[in-house]
Amino acid sequence: MTLRGIPETNRLRRGAITLFVILVSGLPLATKSTYYLTIGNFIGLYAIVALGLALLIGYAGQVSMAQAAFFGIGAYASAILTTKYGFNPWLALIIGLPLGASIAGIIGIPLLKLEGHVLAVATLALSIVIYTFFVQLRPITGGYDGIGGIPRLSIGGFVLSSDLHYYYLIWTFVLIIFLLSSNIVNSRVGRALRSIHPFFGGSEIAAQSLGVSPAKYKVQIFMVSAIYASLSGSLYAHWMTFINPEPFGIFISILMLIMVTIGGMGSLWGAIIGACVIILVGELFRELVPRLVQGAAGEIEIIAYGLILVLILLFMPRGLVSAPALFKGWAAKTMGRVRRVSP
Amino acid sequence: MGSIYAIVGIGFMIIYSVTRVVNFAQGEFLMLGGMLSTTFHLNGFPLGISILLSVVIATLLGMFFYQTIIYPIRGAPAFALILMTFGGSIMIRGIAMLCWGTDPRSLPYFFGANPIRISGAILNPQAVWVIVSTFLMAVGIFLFFRFTIHGKAFLASATNAFLATLMGIKTERMGLFSFALAACLGALAGAIMTPLTFPHVGIGIHLSVKGFTAALIGGLNRIEGVVAGGLALGVLESLGAGFVSSGYKDAIALVVLLVVLTFRHQGLLGGAEAGRV
Repeated sequence: MTLRGIPETNRLRRGAITLFVILVSGLPLATKSTYYLTIGNFIGLYAIVALGLALLIGYAGQVSMAQAAFFGIGAYASAILTTKYGFNPWLALIIGLPLGASIAGIIGIPLLKLEGHVLAVATLALSIVIYTFFVQLRPITGGYDGIGGIPRLSIGGFVLSSDLHYYYLIWTFVLIIFLLSSNIVNSRVGRALRSIHPFFGGSEIAAQSLGVSPAKYKVQIFMVSAIYASLSGSLYAHWMTFINPEPFGIFISILMLIMVTIGGMGSLWGAIIGACVIILVGELFRELVPRLVQGAAGEIEIIAYGLILVLILLFMPRGLVSAPALFKGWAAKTMGRVRRVSP
Repeated sequence: MGSIYAIVGIGFMIIYSVTRVVNFAQGEFLMLGGMLSTTFHLNGFPLGISILLSVVIATLLGMFFYQTIIYPIRGAPAFALILMTFGGSIMIRGIAMLCWGTDPRSLPYFFGANPIRISGAILNPQAVWVIVSTFLMAVGIFLFFRFTIHGKAFLASATNAFLATLMGIKTERMGLFSFALAACLGALAGAIMTPLTFPHVGIGIHLSVKGFTAALIGGLNRIEGVVAGGLALGVLESLGAGFVSSGYKDAIALVVLLVVLTFRHQGLLGGAEAGRV
């Protein structure tokens, strides 16, 4: 990127963010249906997690299978602290964040010094362990029955009670997290991470020889992604007012990975787009499949997710955000013009 | 169960050593082995033929898996390959759910159900059969790598793919071969464990994780290490289930994995050059 290019991309970015804010805040005016608001809330919650995962995959080159578990840690921390110990919901939410981060740190510090695959296996294991605890620690977590009666969040005496309130709250957090992440990407840490990531033409060995410590930055990003997931989990708990272990299993972790891959690894917009696409595809399938195929339930959905993941990795490894560039390249090729397309 | 983990671990190691792919679909091949052999058996095929057919189908599927989704993106960063095997494994599971539903399946014991008594200890005949066949498979692979020209070519590709190419070994064909071998072993183990464990279509991912645990405890570079790792994991799990609670069975094994990875990441038995067969 040349120096001359920077102000222009900044202006473009600011424009995109403004458009995004107008679009998101205007959406509830177009519909009064709580069904669409619920979907919007889910997209927002998953987008927060996906943003963290996009940083982790795109900038640290690491796959985490434990994001749903961190999501669960946030949710259970909020639920247990507020219902059993009478904590203020906001305080419980804040306490959940360092909890998720420290678990990520304990695992990340020794493991991220090792080769690429180890974190994926270890987080998969972690995810199963944490899920087991959610189910088995019945006196604390309520087992499969879960925890109910979680208090709502309130801002200065105003209790957030409807789906619409939570819609605005969740998407405000999405915006904050997005801006925070794009600052991280453009900061010292982001530059250091780009220098080690093969996606940006970096090399770990070259970076090390210039004094960048890859392991340190990878751990930091992993902890950040855990904090995002934990935040999202807390919001989920206070919105739903009831939780059980179901949404914190391995399959949801895989779903979160698929979101990031589809949107475009390493792209923050991609994370949000991916969350939208996957949630909407999921809803579509839940509507359509029972009508088309008798007796089929979740199977078709699972096959579709797998197929989408495989096809994206095969044909569009940089995700949907690269679609315009790919299309431009294809158009240029078919029109016989020789032009290099920058990815 | 320990022997099953050992077999998954060996399959994982075979693929990883040549292609550097962490194959999260490994457990799905065991599931397929179990499901296919029960289906054939229910449709009137004799037991031996059913198992043979299921192993052949799974092997072909393993090759297909490699050719269609792994080979085209070879050389991609590790995380892309990992995600790819996830995608593949989800698809296999989804299709399996479509075909077989989610109920557990079973096969009759291979050689009768009479318990074997050895000086007071009572052994389940199928369990003995599982352990013996695991041992035979491990020894077979060990001998194959040591004493045949193809095995040696395979080891050469695992040690240094570039030099192996210079010596006229087709390293890319070795990738295909590694997936075929791993799928074949997996399906065989899956069929053998079916009478004991009543598998259902969802077991794949748990088996994959346990297999990696076995392989990582063993150190990823020696077959005997992986077998020992698998057996150790099996024993630990039963002890954990006995002393703490059976609900925590999965968690105990995985905590062990995390501890091993943290303090001795080349594996308990692994040498300095982990990652080689």
